[in-house]
Amino acid sequence: ERNRERHKSPRNKDGRGSEKSVTIQAPTGEPLLANDSARTEEAQDDNWGETTTAITGTSEHSISQEDIARISKDMEDSVGLDCRRYLGLTVAAVLGLLVFLTPIAFILLPPILWRDELEPCSTICEGLFISVAFKLLILLIGTWALFFRKQRADMPRIFVFRALLLVLIFLFVVSYWLFYGVRILDSRDRNYQGIVQYAVSLVDALLFIHYLAVVLLELRQLQPMFTLQVVRSADGESRFYSLGHLSCPSSTVLSPKGPSNNATGQSRAMIAAAARRRDSSHNELYYEEAEHERRVKKRRARLVVAVEEAFIHIQRLQAEEQQKAPGEVMDPREAAQAIFPSMARALQKYLRTTRQQNSHSMESILQHLAFCITHSMTPKAFLERYLSAGPTLQYDRERWLSTQWRLVSDEAVTNGLRDGLVFVLKCLDFSLVINVKKIPFIMLSEEFIDPKSHKFVLRLQSETSV
Amino acid sequence: MLLPLWGPHLGGGCVQPGQVAGPQRVEIHKLRQGENLILGFSIGGGIDQDPSQNPFSEDKTDKGIYVTRVSEGGPAEIAGLQIGDKIMQVNGWDMTMVTHDQARKRLTKRSEEVVRLLVTRQSLQKAVQQSMLS
Repeated sequence: ERNRERHKSPRNKDGRGSEKSVTIQAPTGEPLLANDSARTEEAQDDNWGETTTAITGTSEHSISQEDIARISKDMEDSVGLDCRRYLGLTVAAVLGLLVFLTPIAFILLPPILWRDELEPCSTICEGLFISVAFKLLILLIGTWALFFRKQRADMPRIFVFRALLLVLIFLFVVSYWLFYGVRILDSRDRNYQGIVQYAVSLVDALLFIHYLAVVLLELRQLQPMFTLQVVRSADGESRFYSLGHLSCPSSTVLSPKGPSNNATGQSRAMIAAAARRRDSSHNELYYEEAEHERRVKKRRARLVVAVEEAFIHIQRLQAEEQQKAPGEVMDPREAAQAIFPSMARALQKYLRTTRQQNSHSMESILQHLAFCITHSMTPKAFLERYLSAGPTLQYDRERWLSTQWRLVSDEAVTNGLRDGLVFVLKCLDFSLVINVKKIPFIMLSEEFIDPKSHKFVLRLQSETSV
Repeated sequence: MLLPLWGPHLGGGCVQPGQVAGPQRVEIHKLRQGENLILGFSIGGGIDQDPSQNPFSEDKTDKGIYVTRVSEGGPAEIAGLQIGDKIMQVNGWDMTMVTHDQARKRLTKRSEEVVRLLVTRQSLQKAVQQSMLS
């Protein structure tokens, strides 16, 4: 907070400074890296990416350059938190290694320590060796499949079930070692087959613990028990996702598949529109929105026609024909660049009308066009990305303002989901309010209707004039 | 004592409900319109109809013939027929156990120019009931 206080006063001065200059640059809010690329693009092509609106003064809702610097500095500071993630991983890895080597140690220690007194290994005993080997292999593959997966997110607290399992395994192995140490090592037991069977029982028990892990960590969450209603604070758009028994943090990773959909542009437009609207009445609002709808539809029609006409000119060369005219042959990128100018203006206008111009840079559009040409897609397939709003992941990396989210709730975060729970996911620009509802318990009963019981009678009600 | 009333009610006289007790006798002179003789009202009901949809009957299983509409200035209105009346007899013929079409035929006989109806009204029925109780 102190940092923010100190930065407040110079920020105001900066605000007044930006009032004077008619800044022809993309609206602030993008990270510094993208800003640079935007400027270099303008040097190449004047028409593209220009906005003629001047940003008059900063308010609390807009972010100035200093804020960007401060936020990126904050993100670098949080690298320290990653250590916590790695600490958990190392503990689990060490424990896993210990657990894996234990049965092998159980089997190998007697021959090493007291080979002379040991009974020779009979056929059954050797058969048990094979069994131990394969069970260990299965355990290894299973543990790798279950535990060694890339985590999608870093949770604020420890997983309850994972911790429980680790503790269980630890206690288990420790108790086995104690027994082994006392009853076998100290007394130098001669019965080698018994020792090998003991090692086999350990491996069996480990496999059962692995089964328990599968059930607790995976299966229990599969059956949908809750519905999450995710509402975006910027514009109220809501989605529903079905989930099983999860804890709060896990559910957040699964849900925001499509949180921000050019929310920056939209939230700023909302504020501008609200400022204008304060003086207008509801009637003007209606006409304004109708006019906007009409404009969007007209531009969309122009865009579709322009793109279709552009795509007609591209023809895929068959392999034999490629030797015929080497001068005119182009690769997808060149083909994209060749037809792009004819549709650029219509596309730019449409994006500006729907306030999407920040999400798509010229480079990304050219790449997408080359991609569509390579795979022989129709114009409609090319346009789908711009006409309909999609999940955030389809936009470039730079458009993601932050991958850092904060979970805010008035209840303990490690509790499981329950009906009526409400928590908020905050990122820099906006927040998502998540409402948890339980899927109702359905009581289904059966009723049989005899097909012959469908009988009907005609009931007339006539009125006659006499 | 219940006194039946005879005679036509001409001159647009509307019988005041509740003032007389017992069934009413209504004499309608048919009006000639072109080729047809019309009476100026509509009927509903009949033993082949659905009695539960009758808005005028008190007993919803009553399958009798009811007057559902009386046209303005027509012969029925002049004669004093009212909407909601139940027609018991037409020229001596019983109308309580007839089909809808039979009722229509009895009313629209071309040979008859005057029809004498025996009708009851709900208000009259209530008055009769009340006088019987008191």
